[in-house]
Amino acid sequence: MDWMMILKAFVVGGAICVIGQILIDKTKLTPARILVAYVTIGAILGGLGLYKYLIDFAGCGATVPLTGFGSLLAKGTISEVQTTGFIGAFTGGIKAAAGGISAAIFFGYIASLVSKPKIKKQ
Amino acid sequence: MKKVGNQSYILNKPVNIAATASIVGPKEKEGPLHQFFDQCLEDEFWGESSWEKAESKLVKEAVSMAISKSGIASSNIDFCFAGDLLNQCIASSFGLRETNIPFIGLFGACSTFVESMIMASALIDGDFATNTICTASSHFCSAEKQFRFPLELGNQRPPSSQWTVTGSGAAILTKDGTGPFITSFTPGKIVDMGIKDANNMGAAMAGAAEDTLVRHLTDTGREPNYYDVILTGDLGYIGKDILIDLVSSKGYNIKDIYNDCGVLMFYKEKQDTHSGGSGCGCIATVFSGFVYQMLQEKKYKKVLMIATGALMNSTSTQQGESIPGIAHAISIEVL
Repeated sequence: MDWMMILKAFVVGGAICVIGQILIDKTKLTPARILVAYVTIGAILGGLGLYKYLIDFAGCGATVPLTGFGSLLAKGTISEVQTTGFIGAFTGGIKAAAGGISAAIFFGYIASLVSKPKIKKQ
Repeated sequence: MKKVGNQSYILNKPVNIAATASIVGPKEKEGPLHQFFDQCLEDEFWGESSWEKAESKLVKEAVSMAISKSGIASSNIDFCFAGDLLNQCIASSFGLRETNIPFIGLFGACSTFVESMIMASALIDGDFATNTICTASSHFCSAEKQFRFPLELGNQRPPSSQWTVTGSGAAILTKDGTGPFITSFTPGKIVDMGIKDANNMGAAMAGAAEDTLVRHLTDTGREPNYYDVILTGDLGYIGKDILIDLVSSKGYNIKDIYNDCGVLMFYKEKQDTHSGGSGCGCIATVFSGFVYQMLQEKKYKKVLMIATGALMNSTSTQQGESIPGIAHAISIEVL
């Protein structure tokens, strides 16, 4: 097992979350806006080809947070445009992210069948 | 009833508070006031299939408990004033649909409980009613869904946010009785401080609380120390500090006799509600449980209750509107 990779994923993924926490605590940004900002930043960095360096360095530490989803949208769009042309701008992003989106819907549905919402602790 | 000053009223014959009832949720049970409540729930659903149904049950049970404590037959109750935080006040109307008491639904956000007592007092003082019931409720889980995000989203609450109290308080107001008595009230004006953050309602409502408090003191010619205690509900920690500053800039020192129901409801460190409690149910249960008992035991003899409300909804927040605040004051005395 690559312990160094696990450590790097933990530090980078954690750092991305720390930034989100600081934004919640110190700014008036709502969680929804922070979420959209993360996806957008990820898409811009992915589109510029910069986010892949972070993925190479930290693996899941960079792909699992929302910025990773954004970069995946950009990457999928670019490669689809290259293969199918202009229409790829509309199909590529969702195609690339289809696995994650479908899994979220499927597992969310399963979870809703077997569990009941609860009050939060704080 | 006679009007004094700009917007305060002194009742010709003080209105009696015959009985109160309070039911709260599990988190409130862990708070410092738990021994004053009539009933504390073990879980937020209370055996129901939704939080909205649980809140309706809170209203229904608190009202029937208050009625049975007062010994007045429900057929002899002329009006029921009730309100809550859900769309179109369904917690109240669904909870009370089987009571067979003439029902007047109110919305004053978290100020609803005192708003209902003002309406009831005015009707009783004017001989339009003999016995009335006033109630207000809120539920943390249904309020989060209504005003912020559904709990299933699992998002975090920012440090300035307040914790909506799960609970319902009810009070029976009657023409005759031995007290405690409602002696005067000051209905508030809408005050907008330009705050747009739905997670910082204490700051949004502090201006309204200041306006009503200063107006009440000026109209009645009283100093703050006329009262044993001045209680707002619910500015929380942030709004409480703002109110003390705002009022001191008007030349009144309320620091020693002032507190807030949202501050009283929970332990600050241990329960970590961030800026304290809020919701219609907060001042309703703190009054019906704690304050009413203090008045009965004559530990408090003169209390000024100022209920504050943030008059926004989720659409106005999404459209970037500021939050108008309201505060209604009512003075309750042991005579």
